[in-house]
Amino acid sequence: MVYGFTLPDNTNFQEWRVLARQCFLAGLAPENIEWRSTKAEVSLFDAPLKGPEPKEDAAQPVLRNTCLALLKSVLRHSDQGRFDLAYRILWRAQAEPALASIPVDPDIARALRMMHQVRRDAHKMEAFLRFREQGEGSGGRRQFLAWFEPDHYILQTVAPFFTRRFTDMDWVILTPKGSIAWNGQQCAISRNPCDKPDVTDDVDLLWQTYYVSIFNPARIKTKAMRSEMPRKYWKNLPETQLIPQMLAQAGARVEAMAAQQPQEPPLFHKKLQDRYKNKIKSIP
Amino acid sequence: MKSSLSDRLAILSDAAKYDASCSSSGAGKRDSAATKGLGSTGNGICHAYTPDGRCISLLKILLTNFCIYDCAYCINRSSSNVQRARFTADEVIWLTLEFYRRNYIEGLFLSSGIIRSSDDTMAQMVRVARELREVHNFRGYIHLKTIPNASPGLLAEAGLYADRLSINVEMPTERGLADYAPQKQASEIRHAMGEMRTRIDAGKDRTLAGRAAPRFAPGGQSTQMIVGADTATDRDILSSSSSLYTGYRLRRVYYSAFSPIPDASAILPVKAPPLLREHRLYQADWLFRFYGFQFSEITAASPDGMLDLALDPKLAWALANREQFPVDLNRASREMLLRVPGLGVRSVNAIVTARRHRRLRLEDLAKLNVSLRKVKPFLHAVGWSPVQLADQQNIRQLFLPQPQQLTLF
Ligand code: SF4
Repeated sequence: MVYGFTLPDNTNFQEWRVLARQCFLAGLAPENIEWRSTKAEVSLFDAPLKGPEPKEDAAQPVLRNTCLALLKSVLRHSDQGRFDLAYRILWRAQAEPALASIPVDPDIARALRMMHQVRRDAHKMEAFLRFREQGEGSGGRRQFLAWFEPDHYILQTVAPFFTRRFTDMDWVILTPKGSIAWNGQQCAISRNPCDKPDVTDDVDLLWQTYYVSIFNPARIKTKAMRSEMPRKYWKNLPETQLIPQMLAQAGARVEAMAAQQPQEPPLFHKKLQDRYKNKIKSIP
Repeated sequence: MKSSLSDRLAILSDAAKYDASCSSSGAGKRDSAATKGLGSTGNGICHAYTPDGRCISLLKILLTNFCIYDCAYCINRSSSNVQRARFTADEVIWLTLEFYRRNYIEGLFLSSGIIRSSDDTMAQMVRVARELREVHNFRGYIHLKTIPNASPGLLAEAGLYADRLSINVEMPTERGLADYAPQKQASEIRHAMGEMRTRIDAGKDRTLAGRAAPRFAPGGQSTQMIVGADTATDRDILSSSSSLYTGYRLRRVYYSAFSPIPDASAILPVKAPPLLREHRLYQADWLFRFYGFQFSEITAASPDGMLDLALDPKLAWALANREQFPVDLNRASREMLLRVPGLGVRSVNAIVTARRHRRLRLEDLAKLNVSLRKVKPFLHAVGWSPVQLADQQNIRQLFLPQPQQLTLF
């Protein structure tokens, strides 16, 4: 008989851990469990399949800290196979305690890759999320709203970054995987999916001015740009819509610089030069 | 008539873009959890990338682009006809805070042309930093360009509020500086950097009484050299870097390929150097900072003092020193593995951990995202021994990137 669970896609580590322990204590090998994930993010544990019964005398599973950290980050990944992979690592690590330190092992290599992707996703969220001002909130505090589309389940991971940085303002971050809200005292994280809000902010115009002006048309390296800021992020960034126009004008701007004839220096330059020369002369 | 804030932002960021430095690292970790203000520092985030491939981490602007100096390579030099503008300190503060609140930036990099006197300019810049910290409770990143010859009191104050300070050495050689920036003195720049080094070091110490010394730019100092405007070779440039890193303990040296500017001075070369040259210099710099190479080793094999544009400097070094290869994947020291072309710091760390538990085969490296094709000639592993590189003729040809196949039109 194959045991199994049908889990909502946003199942977190703690929830999975309860089920994984149940399987482990029942002595179930990884190949005898089917971890099914429903793409629909239904409320938790509506109808789990019947789980196995733990055995009375079963030994408790143990893990080294590095392995535990690895599993936690695997569980934040949105890969459908993560529950299965995590359980297999938990199972194997009982006989091979150093397993997590062997990056060339296929399971560990895959887990590390997932950890890396989760980390990158969190990093990109910290980088590319944009707050837009919404007017005044409670007690005169300024209020901001942001929309971001993370690939993985990282709201818990990134929340402290935002609360510790944007401490003196009220803000809400909405995502398809849930939301984070901060009021200066408390941080509330929800797993209810949100819709994209319709928000604008006038300061975005100044930011666009900056973005266009800091760009050097004499150096075009769009590959470097896209590898660090892949297109999937562009639709939510206020500045990236300008890129096509910036590239289209770059060639002409560089040619204009090359074609420019030397001009007469401005008047104040001549005055400065005279003063400078006199100063040099006056040094004995 | 005073132009709008947006117009001046356009002018004063355009004028700042030739400074390559953008990093917001080195400040250590701090945040606003306890102070209830705004801002934190950590690993230095890049918040956007422009199509020139550069990252935007800081609001990089000039207080003013008026300048009484006439440095040939600079868009702000007094003889240039570019449009001039200036911000008030309050405007810079406002822009920094509003940009920061929207998560566009990690902080401010404020530089300036020199107006009236060095002290006058420096005092304005210090005021911006002071008010950000003390009035607005701002804990984000601040980088100030210091003005050579500014008074020691102002410098001390700048270091109190800023995370990083910098002075650009501009030209790799004294000769270049004399030709292109006649009003600047190499000795003054070096003196100012030496002064900053002393203060930065002192800032990390404790006083005799055991109290912490006053804070001074904990993120250290950085500088920039312009590449390709004068005749300095890569060897000149890197040997200058070497003395900057070791003599003045700089955190970063930036290389900026001389870029055409509007209304350029007639004494500048017409053509910009290939961007690839700048890239190779950064690679060499990287080898020095993270891979245990000395700059002199990197350029040793080059007859004309220039880095090979076709090969990256690590591969070029390995080919010039091919008698040291292949090395044993399972036994070579960490230092030696770092010198294998195709192995990065991360993969070397993974190899060192993994081989404590099992003997490694070449194929194992594929799981670490290492390109087997690249590393193969340089490694021994279980079940793999390469042809001796030393026995092969015309070795460079073998490693050159393949030319693109031509298609009939
Ligand atoms: S002092 Fe600085 S701003 Fe002024 S011309 Fe020289 S490099 Fe440019």
